[in-house]
Amino acid sequence: MLNIVRERLHQGYRTLNYPFKQPVISPRFAGLPSITPTSCASCSAHACTNCCPTGALAITPDGPALDMGRCLFCRACEQVCPEKKIIFTHEHRLAAYTREALIIKGPAPNGFPDESVRPALGEPRRNLSLFARSLKLREVSAGGCMACEADVNVLCTLIYDLGRFGIEYAASPRHADGLLITGPVTENMRLALLDAWEATPDPRIVIAVGTCAISGGTFAESTEGCKGVESVLPEGCVDVYVPGCPPNPWSILDGILSVAWKKAHANR
Amino acid sequence: MFSYRSAIDHADVPNVPIEALRGTIIDYCRNGWDLMAFFGIPVDGENGAELIAVLGDPDTHTLEILRSLPVRRYPSVTKECPEAHLFEREIFEQCGVHPQGHPWLKPVRFCRSAGDGQRPGPAQANYFHIEGNEVHEVGVGPIHAGVIEPGHFRFQCYGENVMHLEIQLGFQHRGVEHLISTLPPHAVLPLVENIAGDSAIGHATAYCSIIERLTGTDIPLRAQILRRIALELERLANHTRDLGAIGGDTGFLPTSAWNGRITGDFLNLTSELCGSRFGRNLLCPGGVKWDADPALCQSLIKRLRTAYRDVRGSVNVMLETPSVLARLTGTGCVSHETAVDLGLVGVAARACGIDRDARFDWPLSDLESPLLHVRTEMEGDVRARTLVRSLELDDSAAQTEADLQRLSYMEESKIAADVPNLPAGKIAVALVEGWRGILCHVGVTDDDGGWLAYKIVDPSFHNWMGLAMALRNEQISDFPLCNKSFNLSYCGHDL
Repeated sequence: MLNIVRERLHQGYRTLNYPFKQPVISPRFAGLPSITPTSCASCSAHACTNCCPTGALAITPDGPALDMGRCLFCRACEQVCPEKKIIFTHEHRLAAYTREALIIKGPAPNGFPDESVRPALGEPRRNLSLFARSLKLREVSAGGCMACEADVNVLCTLIYDLGRFGIEYAASPRHADGLLITGPVTENMRLALLDAWEATPDPRIVIAVGTCAISGGTFAESTEGCKGVESVLPEGCVDVYVPGCPPNPWSILDGILSVAWKKAHANR
Repeated sequence: MFSYRSAIDHADVPNVPIEALRGTIIDYCRNGWDLMAFFGIPVDGENGAELIAVLGDPDTHTLEILRSLPVRRYPSVTKECPEAHLFEREIFEQCGVHPQGHPWLKPVRFCRSAGDGQRPGPAQANYFHIEGNEVHEVGVGPIHAGVIEPGHFRFQCYGENVMHLEIQLGFQHRGVEHLISTLPPHAVLPLVENIAGDSAIGHATAYCSIIERLTGTDIPLRAQILRRIALELERLANHTRDLGAIGGDTGFLPTSAWNGRITGDFLNLTSELCGSRFGRNLLCPGGVKWDADPALCQSLIKRLRTAYRDVRGSVNVMLETPSVLARLTGTGCVSHETAVDLGLVGVAARACGIDRDARFDWPLSDLESPLLHVRTEMEGDVRARTLVRSLELDDSAAQTEADLQRLSYMEESKIAADVPNLPAGKIAVALVEGWRGILCHVGVTDDDGGWLAYKIVDPSFHNWMGLAMALRNEQISDFPLCNKSFNLSYCGHDL
């Protein structure tokens, strides 16, 4: 017993007062892409589109357009661009309210104070204030490789302490305000996901976490379904997209808070 | 027979009659060899497949590969060699080759369509069913109450007692093996890293080793060390998480809470190396993509020591608590004999006294590993699986620190070798000790240097049946604890 108390004192207090304090993430972390919007006419090689493993990058007349919903944040395009027009910043707040807003064509916006939840990119599809006090989410892994699931689960641990925002993972969709979905949605999970969606009381929100859930990611060419959440659930049902393969836990927390957080309700 | 690090010509693989293939599998497995992989390659224009069996002898570090073709049906080997049971079901499912007399020939990952275009879900299969007035059945999943992957569990219970547990997976089936042989080469490694996201380093190491062995590429020493550091960090993070989860399901919450945090500390060390907590984008065929300079090595050593101190203290208070030990001891036993019969691997096997660890049986490089040990326990219960993990934490932390020290004093040099194109008509095997157990990849190239077949055997493929056996005659309330003590991968099994 005394050993437990002694160890408890050693382990200390670990919760970060996010979002008022920002986390320290590895310098090698690839965050929000930033693109210099100039014509790529002088570059005919297009090494960037050729090296992209998921076809996330397109060359438009205005320059490169990077779809974060398909991007693995592997930096291959950043490394081959001869003019360094594509750069991955260190910004972990990546969430978007619409699929279109995930397509990055310009420089990463500056000027968000460090101590705030970045408003997700784009405009919310509907008024989400109903969910801003307490939020119960049912997590559905639909073909996820366990990396996204692990980083969703880790939000319940001491560092992040999801509970202090009034957010919890519910055991049943019937007790939930919405679904948090990971994985590309395999053919074998299609019916189970639809059942979970129908069991969730309306109004319900959907958060798609990870590149797989948004677009199928590395599995998009599979013959086993795997085209993402919106290939199975009704169109326009996703309220927040959190890109990344897998997203950093802070990115996921930021994504969930972009639905469910109001400064007035934060307890500290 | 040949050395496991070399590739051989597909044409040189002995083509034997199916009776001889059968006999060899049964004989070798009785004599201490392991069935690493057993799979079929559909033969063009033929109604059947070429069956390939990969057998390994950990004592002499030699492999034997045999093939037989074309095979349409053959007498099953499962009754004489139970560790082949799931391989044979997989061959039937993927190639339509019928293992006649297989005791339980049911779907592995998907049910075949009845012809109306609608494919039934994987759980809509036959189940072992016990009849009787006081017998009841409990079905769980595919969606579980926790944040975990989907799978279906069906318990046959008498009161609280589990007489039989049948585990039906397949919900995570993404067609990985097929995708590997169809995607362009630069898109394959990111896919391999997603086979089982918590074993990204393990699977990436296996895939890169296949490419390197097929092309005869030697990887630089720095890359060998960095790969081992990453693999051991993956082991540290996942063992820490599992030990915390065992604490959680025992109701010992301090360790559960602390280990949840410390897992992140280990994952963040991997993130310092490559930007990804799960080691995505660290490896490449020929070596690694990211180097670690002396300053980074020293800062990693400092953080590693802190994290190791924290996890050691956290796990020690759990293992010193009599009520925890009482809960773990004797729960979910798998006998040594059952473990050998089923061909269990990794932590689950070592907890049953099986002296198998691919880091020693099939070392990836000539690096010495004086600080690593094969940790075994004899009892085969949850406590044994807990202790094996706890001991492996010490080894992995010590070896990783030594490797980081060595790296920081080494002169800077190349971290990746150039890799030529894949040769035509070759076979190579990669065996890597992931944190759950041995990962086996088998690559077979075609006449154009593409993939004729790419076979993946995740440790979970061997071990799910072990979990089912652990539940026999246990209380159904012991399931979560037993499940955590195995912590198997659904997606690694389903591919």
